[in-house]
Amino acid sequence: MRRWIAFWSILVKDMRAYYLKPPNISWGIIFPLAWTGMFFIRSGSGMESILTLLPGVMTISILFGTTSMLAVTITFEKRSRSFERLLLAPISLELLMLAKTSGAILFGVANAFVPIIIAAFLTDLSGIAWFLIVPAILLMGIVSTFIGLFIAVSVSEIFEAQTFSNFFRFPMIFLCGLFFPIIALPVFLRPLSYILPLTYGVDILHGAIHNEHIMSFTLDFIILGAFCIGLFALSLRNIKRRWIV
Amino acid sequence: MKSNNQPAVEVLSLTKRYGDVIAVDDISFQVNEGELFGFLGPNGAGKTTTINMLTGLARPDAGTIHIGGIECTQNPKAAQHLVGMVPDESNLYPELTGFENLCFCAALYGMRRSERQTRARQLLDTFSLTDAADRKFAGYSKGMKRKLTFAAGIIHQPPILFLDEPTTGIDVASARQVRQIIAGLHRKGTTIFLTTHYIEEAERLCERIAFIVNGRIVRTDRTADLLKPVQGKDVLILSVSNSGANLPEEMALAFPQYQFQSTTPGQVRVESVEPVNIGPLVRFLEERGVQVTEARRHLPSLEDVFVQVTGIEADLMSKEKVGGGGNQ
Repeated sequence: MRRWIAFWSILVKDMRAYYLKPPNISWGIIFPLAWTGMFFIRSGSGMESILTLLPGVMTISILFGTTSMLAVTITFEKRSRSFERLLLAPISLELLMLAKTSGAILFGVANAFVPIIIAAFLTDLSGIAWFLIVPAILLMGIVSTFIGLFIAVSVSEIFEAQTFSNFFRFPMIFLCGLFFPIIALPVFLRPLSYILPLTYGVDILHGAIHNEHIMSFTLDFIILGAFCIGLFALSLRNIKRRWIV
Repeated sequence: MKSNNQPAVEVLSLTKRYGDVIAVDDISFQVNEGELFGFLGPNGAGKTTTINMLTGLARPDAGTIHIGGIECTQNPKAAQHLVGMVPDESNLYPELTGFENLCFCAALYGMRRSERQTRARQLLDTFSLTDAADRKFAGYSKGMKRKLTFAAGIIHQPPILFLDEPTTGIDVASARQVRQIIAGLHRKGTTIFLTTHYIEEAERLCERIAFIVNGRIVRTDRTADLLKPVQGKDVLILSVSNSGANLPEEMALAFPQYQFQSTTPGQVRVESVEPVNIGPLVRFLEERGVQVTEARRHLPSLEDVFVQVTGIEADLMSKEKVGGGGNQ
């Protein structure tokens, strides 16, 4: 029970203290909205293109929301040494990092629903397979958060975290099938798509929203889950190696 | 803690390297339950590295650590419930108020809401911060930040407390208050491991002291025992004017029973195992046209012992960090 009091307090504190920090607002909210608007205008096909664009827009919102949040909650606290307080608490490092990342996961999930809510006013969403969308958003939130965690643990300044994040985020926009199908990519780039976790999440979203997917949903979920576990384990290892020196 | 017979903290052959630099070099010591143990040394001596290893913020390269009887060299989490720490920097959350910071730190130790709110209010009162309870930590003065950081370290009433230079850089009144609180915690039975570079602070508070220099412990003893050799000497400081360069030598010829030294211009230090008789000295100097403006007995202090043992001038220790209340 005591450890869950600590878990909950860390989660609530991060949500209260960091959700409205400038890096979160600019990278986590404004940037995905601007990006979405750009694609919407560029597509030129009006309301009909909303369902086609929705998986990409949702993914950008999740990816940028979670990674921006982690850059603040982890890197900022490490820089100001307040993270040491958490390391001194009698809770396991695994639980501590789950608490630190849960806020970002929730932020990412909430971000994903913003375009869905907007789309609900503009087009008919009755054909969407929600039983696939909801777990896919959650897993994409988790995997994006753990990408953010991996980055946040590897740097020491917030601006470094944001810059390093972009090194991953921007290629993923083009390589993971968000707005262009992977099949449309040059052959030499396609293998890159399959080593990026979001490819599998985006595939589920495309399948659930307009029934176009390249892999089975089961395989997509399994691979996404494996990425979550792998990235979390890698980040924990880095924290132990780099921060508890 | 496991047993009353076991030391609260036991360290054996602890070593820590950062690349080619040996930050802590094969140190061993123990702190008994309820003891206030001082770890005294200049900056860069290895004090913070030692505390970090003891609390789990750094990994030792060699040696063993027992906290409250629990072997925690490889698994520091095993003993963290017994430990509180006040770091050398105020590292609370700038976005939270003083009250919220304390409640959050209490929650990290699993304290329930009502319990942590009561304790937070009590500590805000103890540290005279009640009026600032609802202000954000970012707006606190340096002294207030230090006090709140101290309060956060003891929010869960740990039986073992690590204090890393708790009075560095704060005003005289706050430093005095912090020292009173340390003494109060000690009276109530808390085991305290205090690192400081303020010699007077260590002398005033600690029962036992270890001197650490360049990562090695050069001496560990009870404070009273450390002072014994210097307490056996009578030391007189004479302030003089119109004196020549050879004054100490001339005086030594006239008074062979005393030792004379002039470390500062215009001052002569007279040392003897027998009581120093001031009258003949003053007359001797006046006959030679030297004016004696002041004669005062030097009270033996830990500073003398520290200089004797480490060869480091005490002034250098205080100058290394921005001066604050701890030294005043």
